[in-house]
Amino acid sequence: MMNYIWAGLVVIAVIAGGVTGTMNDVLNNLFDFAQTAVDISLGLIGIMAFFCGLMRVMEKAGMCEALGKAISPVMRLLFPEVPADHPANSIMAIYFAANILGIGNAATPFGLRSMQELQTLNKTKDIASDAQAMLLAVATTSITLIPVTAIAFRAKIQTEGAAEIVVPVIIATTISTVTGIFFTIIFGKTKRWNYQACIDREIAAGTIQINENYIGPDPIVLPDDYVSAEDRDESYVAKVEKAVEEEQKEAKEEK
Amino acid sequence: MTHVFEVISTWAIPVVIAFVAFWAMFVKRVPVYSEFTEGAKDGFTTAVMIIPYLVTMLCAIGMFRASGAMDWLCDILNPVTSLIGLPGEVLPMAIMRSFSGGGAEGMMVDLLKQYGTQSQIGRIASVALGSTETTFYVVAVYFGSVGISKTRQAIAAGLLGDLASLIAATVIVNIMWF
Repeated sequence: MMNYIWAGLVVIAVIAGGVTGTMNDVLNNLFDFAQTAVDISLGLIGIMAFFCGLMRVMEKAGMCEALGKAISPVMRLLFPEVPADHPANSIMAIYFAANILGIGNAATPFGLRSMQELQTLNKTKDIASDAQAMLLAVATTSITLIPVTAIAFRAKIQTEGAAEIVVPVIIATTISTVTGIFFTIIFGKTKRWNYQACIDREIAAGTIQINENYIGPDPIVLPDDYVSAEDRDESYVAKVEKAVEEEQKEAKEEK
Repeated sequence: MTHVFEVISTWAIPVVIAFVAFWAMFVKRVPVYSEFTEGAKDGFTTAVMIIPYLVTMLCAIGMFRASGAMDWLCDILNPVTSLIGLPGEVLPMAIMRSFSGGGAEGMMVDLLKQYGTQSQIGRIASVALGSTETTFYVVAVYFGSVGISKTRQAIAAGLLGDLASLIAATVIVNIMWF
């Protein structure tokens, strides 16, 4: 889906730029946003380094485990494949707490650390696991109690009633989070987006990237006749075609 | 009410940091300085790891934003969204919300200045902005930090979440105030 969206954005942008005569802006924005992306990432370094340092101290002091246990019922429900004693639980607990309190800047490092912990339970290097998709759904639909940014902008323009949006936001964000979680579960069962189905497709295409750091109970075992896409030359294609032909022959004879 | 929230969000982090430092050092005897720097190294690596994902995503979004294609999208969607009572003026900001946080914030400020913070348009815009995150940015950053490029259902679910928050914002504001 990301591939289609990305290609779609670029192609439509150039067409629209040509039609509406904004091609100059399109070009300028391309360079501006490339710079912005690097600025954002580099700007994250300081805060990321600080909170990852703090988190490590918390882990060493055994403070994360206590937190993780406290919200484990919610975790079991949303992340059934994450074992109760896995460190991802406690870091996600801190992440949720930071989000709910509205300290957004601090929340991102914890969110990224949670993703990394969940990666140890991902059988592949580059396909999102169910737990990672779920964490993303929660992150992107936001679970804040206090919409800090929106209130700040409102207060700059008019202080009166700046915070009146708190209650509506809490209701709206709850609805959006529930919707996001709901569709993550539903879509995760479809043929197109099922985790195992995605892995099987990658194996069939010879492009699977196995995660060597996987610590879960069920690592990917490649079939004996697996050949990676790079090694699939003419002789491989001929071999596969022959095998298919033979299979069809056998099927005919059986009939 | 606002004051309480402000106090909480100002005090929470410093108090937690002090508590962690105290507990780790004096109760658990953790060598805090060396452990802290060790963890900080991971933070550095993660921030750098995100760069290629964010560049890829933001360049496409930047081009799209400048091209005027957003107006086309609004023209297509406006007849649908007006059915739920969403004023057409809010729609461009609502669409921008999924692509670019900064862009949506700028558009919200314009709406607030033009129509007032306590107008129907101003309130719907604020609630819609406050109740979700920027889907494409979150996907690029969170999945980028672990090297995931095959995002499965994440975008679809995130965008439906954005849509739900927009509908909820419109309906709630209309019920509460108008």
